[in-house]
Amino acid sequence: MEKQSDLLLDIQHLHTGYRLQGKFYDAADDVNLTLKRDEILAIVGESGCGKSTIASSIIGLYDHKNTKVTGDILYNELNLVGLNESLFNKIRGDKIGMIFQDPLASLNPLMRVGEQVAETLYYHTDMKEAARHARVIELFNQVGMPKPEEMYRMYPHELSGGLRQRVVIAMAIACKPEIIIADEPTTALDVTIQAQILDLLEDIQKQSHSGIVLITHDLGVVAETADEVAVMYAGQVVEKADVKTIFEHPLHPYTRSLLNSMPQSDDESEDLHVIQGTVPSLKYMPREGDRFAARIPWIPASDHEKEPAVHEVEPGHWVRCTCWKNFHFQADQKVSGE
Amino acid sequence: MWKTVLRRVLVMIPQLLILSFLVFVLAKMMPGDPFTGQINPNLDPKQIIRLKHELGLYDPVPVQYTRWLVNLFHGDLGQSYIQKVPVTSLIADRAVNTFWLSLLTTVLTYVLAVPMGIIAGRHQDEWQDQGIQIFNYITFAIPGFVFYILGIWLFGFVLGWFPITGSVSASASGFWEVVGSRFYHMVLPALLFSLITTTSIVQYLRTGIVDNKVEDYVRTARSKGVPENVVFDKHILRNSLLPIAAFMGTTITDLLGGSMIIESVFSYPGMGKLFLDSISERDYTTLTALILLFGILTLVGNLLSDIIMSIIDPRIRIQ
Repeated sequence: MEKQSDLLLDIQHLHTGYRLQGKFYDAADDVNLTLKRDEILAIVGESGCGKSTIASSIIGLYDHKNTKVTGDILYNELNLVGLNESLFNKIRGDKIGMIFQDPLASLNPLMRVGEQVAETLYYHTDMKEAARHARVIELFNQVGMPKPEEMYRMYPHELSGGLRQRVVIAMAIACKPEIIIADEPTTALDVTIQAQILDLLEDIQKQSHSGIVLITHDLGVVAETADEVAVMYAGQVVEKADVKTIFEHPLHPYTRSLLNSMPQSDDESEDLHVIQGTVPSLKYMPREGDRFAARIPWIPASDHEKEPAVHEVEPGHWVRCTCWKNFHFQADQKVSGE
Repeated sequence: MWKTVLRRVLVMIPQLLILSFLVFVLAKMMPGDPFTGQINPNLDPKQIIRLKHELGLYDPVPVQYTRWLVNLFHGDLGQSYIQKVPVTSLIADRAVNTFWLSLLTTVLTYVLAVPMGIIAGRHQDEWQDQGIQIFNYITFAIPGFVFYILGIWLFGFVLGWFPITGSVSASASGFWEVVGSRFYHMVLPALLFSLITTTSIVQYLRTGIVDNKVEDYVRTARSKGVPENVVFDKHILRNSLLPIAAFMGTTITDLLGGSMIIESVFSYPGMGKLFLDSISERDYTTLTALILLFGILTLVGNLLSDIIMSIIDPRIRIQ
């Protein structure tokens, strides 16, 4: 059924290392992911797990002096890793659109928002100024901005957070990209606006048949929008499956702990669950054995693989390490909710 | 935007009144009066008191202040105690000299500082940047008068390229010859002065570029596929020029302050030298007039800064 052209991104053995005091440390360690057309792939995990590193590796925006990227990121048989900048500039904004976390910081404070959207069109289309203007108005309508003609002439500080994020989205989709990378697109927004922006992203994806990489730490957002989910811990993908499996039949201890720590709104008396410890920092990340082992110390070491590999436990459901087989929560692993 | 400017000008009126009041109080507190040194010391003291009465020096202070203010509006700042000429004409001659020197200094400052700041910011921590930083440390660390004297010694004395005193050659005749001579006399002081004033502009511009380089909106521009050189010129540089533009108005204050030293070192007949001379000669009327003028110019400089900012930064234009 699946055609070859439906595969938009094929990430194989991606390693992205940052230089710290002269040495490179992998923030993304052997990441394998695929993104298909019409698919929303969510990458979830705690802060510092390497989610945004993957985003910046895909779009090639990192400090080239202090970052080392190896492996393959294939887009239509073109390897984006090590692609020359002028070629990459033809792809960025045109084939791959990017949406960022903080819409105020993401917009140039001295430029009218309409012109910032038109700038994308300037570099990727042959449109004349009037045509670009018309296209921006069309885009503003599409992302649900009221009075688009007035909005065109506004500066970022004159817009609300939700409207700013709509501008950023309009910018990302201006050239109808096949791939949209949304890095925490709702984190900086009010809860009520979050739902609107997610709906908008889903609408855009349905209309344009693009693939979206949605990077988030919010499991609620994942449940609402994603098709496929990759759970990341300490630079590695620990579990990968479709959204239904992840929520109904999670296997990896980290995935289960994450879901377990989500507050249940129907049960007010229940205490909040936490995961012991914190994500190790890049420099002190364990490079051998199961990286999550330190946070589930009651699981005997013999349950972990020496070199945890990714296993396909059922079709389309991948889990790293074998420790999930005997995993159980600790009874006293609770803190009282205040 | 014009509303912002108008409101800003209206705010200046009370500032000016307060300034004039302070200057008046200063003048009243100074020892001496208009007759000091102007009158035959053998004159009957009663006669002096009568003259003082006629001049209104025994009037209540508010009356005196009002009279002084009215005279001020008529352009009458009194007579110089020392030079025996109206203060206004004394200052007017010098002001022209200072104006041209300051203008040339400002032009040279920006011509030198903006490219240096851009190069330093663009090549952060590379050899170009390090070279400019070293140059900046030197011009910043050496006191102005030492730097000027070294400059005079090298360019005026050893190399003999430029005249080292005055504002115009005495032998110059005819309009163009005088203009040329004036310019020739200004080049060295303006150049040396501008090398000192570049420091802060270079540093502000460099820091602005270094900070803006890593801003999110720059990453956004790159994610749109905008070529790197355009990202630099259109996004990074424009945002980094904001503090420099804001500086433009306040450079007036820096120039006035700096002119005192440079004009003294070069014996250049401008307002700065006049100010220092007035202090050492205790020429109080001239001194008060100059303080008032410097105060007004500082206020005007701040006003200019605000207007420039409101033109180039849309965030300041609100209401």
